[in-house]
Amino acid sequence: MFSYNLDHLKELESESIFILREVAAQFEKPVLLFSGGKDSIIVSYLAKKAFYPAKIPFALLHIDTGHNFQETISFRDKWVEKLGTKLIVRSVQSSINSGRAHEESGPYASRNILQTITLLDAIEEFKFDAAIGGARRDEEKARAKERFFSHRDEFGQWEPKNQRPELWNLFNGRKKIGEHFRIFPLSNWTELDVWSYIQRNEIELPSLYFSHKRDVFERHGVIYGYADFMELLPDEKVKKLQVRFRTIGDMTCTGAIESNASTVNEIIDELLVSRVTERGSRIDDQRSENAMEERKKSGYF
Amino acid sequence: MSIKTEKELLRFTTCGSVDDGKSTLIGRLLLDTKNIFDDQLLALQSSSERKGLDEIDLSLLTDGLKAEREQGITIDVAYRYFSTPKREFIIADTPGHIQYTKNMVTGASSANLALILIDARKGMVEQTHRHSFIAGLLGIPHMVVCINKMDLVGYDQSVYEKIVDEFRMFSSRLDVQDIQFIPISAKLGDNVVNRSVQMPWYEGSTLMFHLEHVHISGDLNHVDCRLPVQYVIRPQDDAYHDYRAYAGRIAGGVFRKGDKVMVLPSGFTSTIKTINAPEGEIKEAFAPMSISLLLDDEIDISRGDMIVRENNSPQNSQDIDIMLCWLNEKKLQEGGRYIVKHTSREVRCIVKEILYKIDISHLRRIENETSFGVNDIGRVVLRTTQPLFFDSYRRNRNTGSLILIDEGTNETVGAGMIV
Repeated sequence: MFSYNLDHLKELESESIFILREVAAQFEKPVLLFSGGKDSIIVSYLAKKAFYPAKIPFALLHIDTGHNFQETISFRDKWVEKLGTKLIVRSVQSSINSGRAHEESGPYASRNILQTITLLDAIEEFKFDAAIGGARRDEEKARAKERFFSHRDEFGQWEPKNQRPELWNLFNGRKKIGEHFRIFPLSNWTELDVWSYIQRNEIELPSLYFSHKRDVFERHGVIYGYADFMELLPDEKVKKLQVRFRTIGDMTCTGAIESNASTVNEIIDELLVSRVTERGSRIDDQRSENAMEERKKSGYF
Repeated sequence: MSIKTEKELLRFTTCGSVDDGKSTLIGRLLLDTKNIFDDQLLALQSSSERKGLDEIDLSLLTDGLKAEREQGITIDVAYRYFSTPKREFIIADTPGHIQYTKNMVTGASSANLALILIDARKGMVEQTHRHSFIAGLLGIPHMVVCINKMDLVGYDQSVYEKIVDEFRMFSSRLDVQDIQFIPISAKLGDNVVNRSVQMPWYEGSTLMFHLEHVHISGDLNHVDCRLPVQYVIRPQDDAYHDYRAYAGRIAGGVFRKGDKVMVLPSGFTSTIKTINAPEGEIKEAFAPMSISLLLDDEIDISRGDMIVRENNSPQNSQDIDIMLCWLNEKKLQEGGRYIVKHTSREVRCIVKEILYKIDISHLRRIENETSFGVNDIGRVVLRTTQPLFFDSYRRNRNTGSLILIDEGTNETVGAGMIV
């Protein structure tokens, strides 16, 4: 007898599409948080499939730190046009200008934490009741505790010790006015699953993920892409290296790796022998052992 | 080099009581299958040193929250991912404390396999009864009982066999078809990924071999066609005038183009014109695929309806007899009102009758109870405001499961399996 079996990528794809449709059915005004990184690209790609041939029934929201890679922004605009969806951009710079956020200074300055303020303000401004993100449980230990449907109180806070149990395929998105949900359709995907899916479906990605020559400098073993708003320490020098990025955040918190991998296949080969996790090059996680948990509790992505 | 991208996904849950080495076992599985990376190992080393330990404490790998690391306990289900060339694995790592039974139920609800740990020095304890019973109740098709810390009992075969016998006595009263026993030492790695040289008397497979080879493709129901309608796709576009596709994740059976189907609750029938999958149009679809269907006739169908085959209908009733796990501090009372979520359907209900609760340690019924406290399990009858279309949980986990939601707090307070 023919066996009815889905391989793991198809099972994950089916699960994520189920979640996205559930969001559209249960919430009045969802939004998809789009960073221009591979995970949010996959979520929007899956959303396109989930509602085809109709348009994606929610907008994309980009929280722009103002310190993004130029490649990310141009990819974003092209991608959104292809999807045919609406893009909303809210910038950390305006939060700073209006006095809602206070900029860090010095060589270690990052706008990473400030994004939370801009994000929560945007959620309130548009009355979004569900914000869909690309976070995966395998990325980080606090994220391993996340639900698919993750409740946020009226202050946007996460209460990890008292989460709603999530059973079978039954997702409870009920909430009071002013509260919202964060939704993570890629919860069960690993980094390798994401790349295998990109390979199988030939999904376009920003050039940053592929090997290229770039002006960089090194700090505490991390390779940073250089931009003129970044302050160097006395012994740091800008040099040219052949690099690529494994994750794409803002320039101040994303480290590059030296690599010659210039195709998806080469990246997968590189991942298979890699001995360092994806977020090993994320400076935002290394501020302390609880860095991600603390940020998530206060409303971060 | 290339990877095999077509692999099966095995979801398993780990259950054990405090200190029986569950976190160490997970750490060992990840380490010996080379799924721990250098930066994780380094972080692990420094945390172990800070705690004043001589060797790496593998259990630190699975603690996610600050409070868990501080108190040395696991508070919430954590999900772990690893893969081997044969399969991909998702572990739902559930805490062993008695007050966290709700986490075990959560982890078990989606698992193909339950991994139960027993400390060889202690044998079966109350938690073992509880966890095995819940695994059986939640219909996990496969169970592996690891008798751990064999190194601390001199790898003694008679200790192992005594526990196996004891477990078999107990499990004969549970509803689990496939149980395997494996003597291991998670700390030293015996029979986890690598075969133990200390226990030549054990001739079965290692834990990893078993996880890679246990037959799971028969775990889903491919007999009774059930598509709970999740969402109706209606493009606001002239090119797709009158286009209506009924989207959902198949809960059971195989749907084929041209099949005659019936829609519940209306009872109208039609024929499947098109099946759309993520990759485009396909000829047949089965659980757990997310698809959308186009039908030949225009019928009024909305979220909460169910598409089935004409000659194979689910049960249809407003009186629902369930096994209930209560998950909330606020007690369930006879006569209490709740929201029921079942497939894509949401209705209200009243708790008509509490039939009995179960004393899990002794597998006995306790009758004449009028309320359920947190972690209580028992049988109740619900009366719903609208009929549900369901199968027994034994027949189909997707159409036989439901949750109860508190109308005041919006919390998920109960997990029900339809008898």
